[in-house]
Amino acid sequence: MKSLAELQAIKNRMKDRVVLRDGMEGTRVVVGMATCGIAAGARPVLNAFVEGVNKEGLEGKVSVTQTGCIGICQYEPVVEVFEAGKEKVTYVKMNAEKAQEVIEKHLKGGHVINEYTIGAVTA
Amino acid sequence: MKELSLNILDVAENSVKAGASLTQILLTEQDDTLTIEIVDDGCGMSADVVRSVTDPFYTTRTTRKVGLGIPLLKLACEQTGGNLAISSVTQEEDPVNHGTHVTATFHTDHIDFTPLGDVSSSILTLIQGHPERDFLFRHQIDGNVVELDTRNLREVLEDVPLNSYDVMEWVRGYLQEQYETLSEDSVHSGEE
Repeated sequence: MKSLAELQAIKNRMKDRVVLRDGMEGTRVVVGMATCGIAAGARPVLNAFVEGVNKEGLEGKVSVTQTGCIGICQYEPVVEVFEAGKEKVTYVKMNAEKAQEVIEKHLKGGHVINEYTIGAVTA
Repeated sequence: MKELSLNILDVAENSVKAGASLTQILLTEQDDTLTIEIVDDGCGMSADVVRSVTDPFYTTRTTRKVGLGIPLLKLACEQTGGNLAISSVTQEEDPVNHGTHVTATFHTDHIDFTPLGDVSSSILTLIQGHPERDFLFRHQIDGNVVELDTRNLREVLEDVPLNSYDVMEWVRGYLQEQYETLSEDSVHSGEE
């Protein structure tokens, strides 16, 4: 059974680890989680980013956060990637598989996947 | 919404936006009814606003003038013959005991009942997005209980954020174990 003692061990392991916080330099992945996003399938997209960023050891460089409706509901699930000194990238009509690809090619490899961005996809 | 767990996530996000420090998500399954309650200690709504939130053309958002969260939940329960009730106390009315209480009841044996789906995933999504807020989740199924209270976790974790990956994995396992223990045919713990 999962116990609070196990959680205590996690705490001890975590307390010295550097975690990317809001306001720190780094890449921010922002997933739209308003009604429109949730209904369109944002929850598995968010999960894929949270899991993928951790599995790839990117948690010190990339933060995954949630936001409300940004007004382009017909393109949900929408994911915005903010990198210091670069233009924002808006990925649209996302799913967990595409999220995996974005982690691999964009977050790790530094190459924007143009075909998933808002300019390339029709609503 | 494909699963009621998504409606729960959506409506609980409203509680967070209302500034709730604690949001309770209480599910009760008894015989052929499911009751979903979302109770928060946020800023509350005036009687006028409570009347209008079930109207799909009402929203607090400024980007556009329709809000569908509560109307979608209302539709989901009413199409099973159930109903939705909202009560709320504003901070001005009562500076201590304010907040909103949403209750949705469903008839689970109705053909138009939407499956509950992966509630654990919705709870994890709330914790991931709002690690500084507290959530009490309690799912009662015919007298058995699955429960998670982030206040207890916070006490152990101190300044380690609740949305640390290892903590979230622990929470996922913690809920999963409880669901598995309580029903071998585990119809309620469907993973995504």
